[in-house]
Amino acid sequence: MSGVWLPAWTLLVRELTHFVRQRHRILGTIGTPLVFWVLIGSGLSGSFKPASMGPGSASHGMSYLEYFFPGTLVLILLFTAVFSTISIIEDRRAGFLQAVLVAPVPRSAVVLGKVLGGTAVAVLQGIMVLGLGPLGGIHLTIGSALLALVVVMITAFQLTSLGFLIAWRMETTTGFHAIMNLFLIPLWLLSGALFPASGASPWLKTVMMVNPLSYAMGALRAALYPAQSVADLCVPPFGLSMAVTVAATAALFGAGVVMARRTSWAHS
Amino acid sequence: MSEGSAISIQELVVDYGTRRALGPVSFDVAPREVFALLGPNGGGKTTLFRVLTTAFPATGGRAEIRGHDVMRAPDAVRRELGVVFQSPSLDAKLSVRENLWHAGHLYGLSGRALATRIDEVLALVTLSDRGADTVEHLSGGQRRRVELAKGLLHRPALLLLDEPSTGLDPGARRDLWRQLLELRDQTGVTILLTTHILDEAERCDRVGILDRGRLVALDSPAALKRSIRGEVVTVEGDEPVTLRERILARFGGEATVLHNSIRIERPDGAAFVAELMRAFPDDIRAVTVGQPTLEDVFIHVTGRGLWETEQAAAQEGSA
Repeated sequence: MSGVWLPAWTLLVRELTHFVRQRHRILGTIGTPLVFWVLIGSGLSGSFKPASMGPGSASHGMSYLEYFFPGTLVLILLFTAVFSTISIIEDRRAGFLQAVLVAPVPRSAVVLGKVLGGTAVAVLQGIMVLGLGPLGGIHLTIGSALLALVVVMITAFQLTSLGFLIAWRMETTTGFHAIMNLFLIPLWLLSGALFPASGASPWLKTVMMVNPLSYAMGALRAALYPAQSVADLCVPPFGLSMAVTVAATAALFGAGVVMARRTSWAHS
Repeated sequence: MSEGSAISIQELVVDYGTRRALGPVSFDVAPREVFALLGPNGGGKTTLFRVLTTAFPATGGRAEIRGHDVMRAPDAVRRELGVVFQSPSLDAKLSVRENLWHAGHLYGLSGRALATRIDEVLALVTLSDRGADTVEHLSGGQRRRVELAKGLLHRPALLLLDEPSTGLDPGARRDLWRQLLELRDQTGVTILLTTHILDEAERCDRVGILDRGRLVALDSPAALKRSIRGEVVTVEGDEPVTLRERILARFGGEATVLHNSIRIERPDGAAFVAELMRAFPDDIRAVTVGQPTLEDVFIHVTGRGLWETEQAAAQEGSA
């Protein structure tokens, strides 16, 4: 078995090259969420009064623009993950993937390269948007920004792994869009990106509790507000959030490797 | 198994679900040989190609590349192979060099050794001055040559090409062939390719004809053509079907109707034509006598023309 890193690295570089050459992609992956942020954030600011964030709690007075900011960041990671993994379908149709799969490269390297490539692009965009945090009223320190960056990296890796899992067996990009709308967007909606679990109905609360993305969302909020208690932020403890996020990421990536090994293309 | 074969295939079978796409097929390809798999689309040659490239598992039998089993040791097989697929495998958004650079990494080459090797393969396919060009700006023939360069990067012992001249104009096809044969002479690489173009099969050392998943003939182009004794007489008439029956009734032997003309194999074509013209002066519009071609060989072994078989396959596919 030849090395994993050289082929994985080369696939990652290819992904970044594509990103740099197709700058219009940024419009889709950053532009849309940012427009959502400004429009929804400003529009709902007057009516946003979450139950747990009442008078006396440290987060009282948080505008919706501010509340929605971490949600927007995760939406950008989701969009980027989808954009980069949807290219697997194109690579397969065009023939590029075929050539990769008959090269003496372990399947794990193919998955790793593709997922790291998507992650790198997502993190780059995440950093750009994180820099806009103060506009939404978030006070960034070096510590909180770095911690948030770590969460962004893991979340990006998780979402790209999930995208890979969906895209690998998919024959058309249309199918991917359907899954995006029916599964991925709801996953994000119910992660605490738009509203905290505290005010939601019991069944919704349960769904949000079992949604792994809620923990990535929680970790990001906790990282951005180091001075506040997780109870005030209405998110799970930071340690728990990180543990669930890392575990879900590992499980999704592992599933991607197993699937890539099992398909008819792969019998090594 | 024969020792020292570049490719050794024994009783290989591939099923797609319940449909048998290939086999059982057995043959060997010797080192340095240029070997063509000739046949209509849907004849099984791409299926065989996919098995040899480790892209698709066989249902039964064995296939070995330089002693490595394609099913059991795909990684060892992959290192031996340079593969040029029918569909383009280049990344159109990247430059020629970038494509080769990534491909080199996939085959374990890197750094200065890779850069030098890229220069070499680009020179080999006479594209040294196009390295910086984005692939989407190249012509079809140039892209094909980049694919070839990519397949040669890691100095494979075997080069497998699926329909290499698809989409090439005659000039570009000639260039590609000149380069393939030079390559074999210079580096000793073994070349196996699939084709449905007769002219292409003519240039190979040996040709295996695949029809409906079976290997129906296998020999050098010259020997295959010799297997048709004598010459091929083609008769054109207004009613080829009835004319064929009348010719058979009069002279016996065999005759097939193809492309609205009647095709007859005869040891002495010229003498036969004279008799034919005397017998049916009013029914024959034109007669030609020719040396057998590989198309004649295909008709001889399958009873059908290559082109008609393709049409039928296309109709079946679209139905």
